[in-house]
Amino acid sequence: MLSYFLRRLILVLPVAFGVSIICFLLVQIAPGDPLTAIMPVDATAEEQAAMRAAYGLDKPLPVQYAIWIGNLVQGDMGRSIATGRPVAGEVFGAVQNSLVLAISASLIAFPIGVFLGFLAGYFRDTLLDRAVTAISITGVSVPNYWLGIVLVIIFSVQLGWLPSMGAGPGGSQEWEWNWLHIRHLVLPAITLAVVPIGIVARTVRALSGDILTMDFVQALYAKGMSRFDVLCHVARNAAATALSVMGLQLGYLLGGSILIETVFNWPGSGFLLSNAIFQRDLPLLQGTILVLALFFVAMNLIVDVAQAAIDPRIKRN
Amino acid sequence: MKAPLVEIQDLVVRFKGDRTVHAINGLDLTLQQGETLALLGESGSGKSVTLKTLLALLPPKRSEVEGGIAVNGTDVRKLKGKALQKYRGGEVSMVFQDPGLALDPVYTVGAQISEAVMRHKGVSRDEAMSTALDMLRRVRIPSPERRLKNYPHELSGGMRQRVMIALALACRPRLLLADEPTTALDATVQIQILLLLRELQREFGMGVIFVTHDIGVAVEVSERIAVMYAGQIVEEGTTSEIINNPRHPYTQGLLAANLHDVARGERLNAIPGAPPPLEERPTACSFAPRCPIAGPECRASLPDFVTLAPRRRVACFRALEAAAAE
Repeated sequence: MLSYFLRRLILVLPVAFGVSIICFLLVQIAPGDPLTAIMPVDATAEEQAAMRAAYGLDKPLPVQYAIWIGNLVQGDMGRSIATGRPVAGEVFGAVQNSLVLAISASLIAFPIGVFLGFLAGYFRDTLLDRAVTAISITGVSVPNYWLGIVLVIIFSVQLGWLPSMGAGPGGSQEWEWNWLHIRHLVLPAITLAVVPIGIVARTVRALSGDILTMDFVQALYAKGMSRFDVLCHVARNAAATALSVMGLQLGYLLGGSILIETVFNWPGSGFLLSNAIFQRDLPLLQGTILVLALFFVAMNLIVDVAQAAIDPRIKRN
Repeated sequence: MKAPLVEIQDLVVRFKGDRTVHAINGLDLTLQQGETLALLGESGSGKSVTLKTLLALLPPKRSEVEGGIAVNGTDVRKLKGKALQKYRGGEVSMVFQDPGLALDPVYTVGAQISEAVMRHKGVSRDEAMSTALDMLRRVRIPSPERRLKNYPHELSGGMRQRVMIALALACRPRLLLADEPTTALDATVQIQILLLLRELQREFGMGVIFVTHDIGVAVEVSERIAVMYAGQIVEEGTTSEIINNPRHPYTQGLLAANLHDVARGERLNAIPGAPPPLEERPTACSFAPRCPIAGPECRASLPDFVTLAPRRRVACFRALEAAAAE
């Protein structure tokens, strides 16, 4: 098992390398000049060239990449063009906030999704199954930024129970697990949980429904197992695949919540990313995308290793 | 004579759905303690359904069961909850057709056997594991200590079926139901599994109902054969009676259709036609449309059993006439 983990870890290196190149190039392909955002409109060509040289943007791309990656491995992600602050600090602060949001959303979504999916799979083709399918399709299809706004109207504006924006009294820097902060988390976490509830429920429904029709389920009943025992067997059979779907969902939640974070002014990575895009802040954009992409790679690694640990059919060597 | 191990009376099984399927239509069957009976018939004749009814394994929502099923004097249809769990696997157990599908892929072989032992014998995990180890030895699996920790996919097909047999016999059932246990295996492995089953049957003294569509297999393992067609038994007798002196035209057709004594290039004697659709309960002899000797009475009403000798019966209007004419 340990050697499997190490082998998988080594395989991550080339992936991470590829990811860094793509992050670097994607930002270059995007239209717009980062300097226009910070230079006065009447700046002369010489002034622009001087600024360009100061940020190293006049060098050929491979050289720029080499400098970027060289600094990166030393923990230096450059400075934000817009604010002048180190990118690393900005990104990690934001990622931390996004992590809080993503994990809370997962804690809401995964148990509900698994429970609904299991119910639907067990009572397949019944009214209950159709109800769960309707819930999950609605969850996946409803635009969640719209849902976020509706929730804000109901719970913040009309009822006044929960705040509509921000991450609490400490702003973006001082997250704490107390009610003062958590009340800010409730609405965005619920909004963010809706899509993964649908996806997890549909996956678990398909998995458990299929497994229940397999011969070994009948064989388990035939040797005298109770319904509960059989369901434990089914759960163990479904666990590997369900876990991988949930792992990837967590990865998406981390990086894919730009809209939600914007609606709720949540100072997370999506919020940071949208700011960086609008300001053409290349170093910040590159750094944020890279960190999110690497999170995704790490999530994949964890999912793979967990799957191999649960399901003996996955080859370990 | 002691009370029979299995007594099935006028069993009727229907599957509901878009169309109703009359899978079993008035089946009677008796099995004595320690006896081995082969249920012989083609696909769809209701062999497997009969076995599943004996374990109350048919989905209750989609199937209707009528008639009496008693095993060791217990009315199987009345069993529920804990009593049913105790009966399944303790009193009666089953070996399935494809051991690759009937074993849980993510549990070790040892865990799957010991799980059943723990449930029925109420022993600790360690004791159950040692029972499992003993069972793997009895089904002659090489290096059984190591195999206990293997997953089903790490074993060959024949080995998996040995595991399945070990699992089925671990709680010493009085009745073993074998649902085509060699169909999914290589020809060379088939005979090993058959010999093993025969040996274990003698050792444990249990009754066996062995479902097969292969006459060769039926002859190899069983003392008695019951031939099934369209959800009914059409002929029953000892193995030698059925093989040497078949009375029902369907049994005769089956025996004529095998590959022995056929010269190369010669046409095989297949039974013409196909089995009837079972959307309605048959009111006449189901085999009549394919039968070479069928008369008007065969198409008009259901034939009753003709008892030729004790425990030797055939459901055919013309069997006696045909026999007399020979």
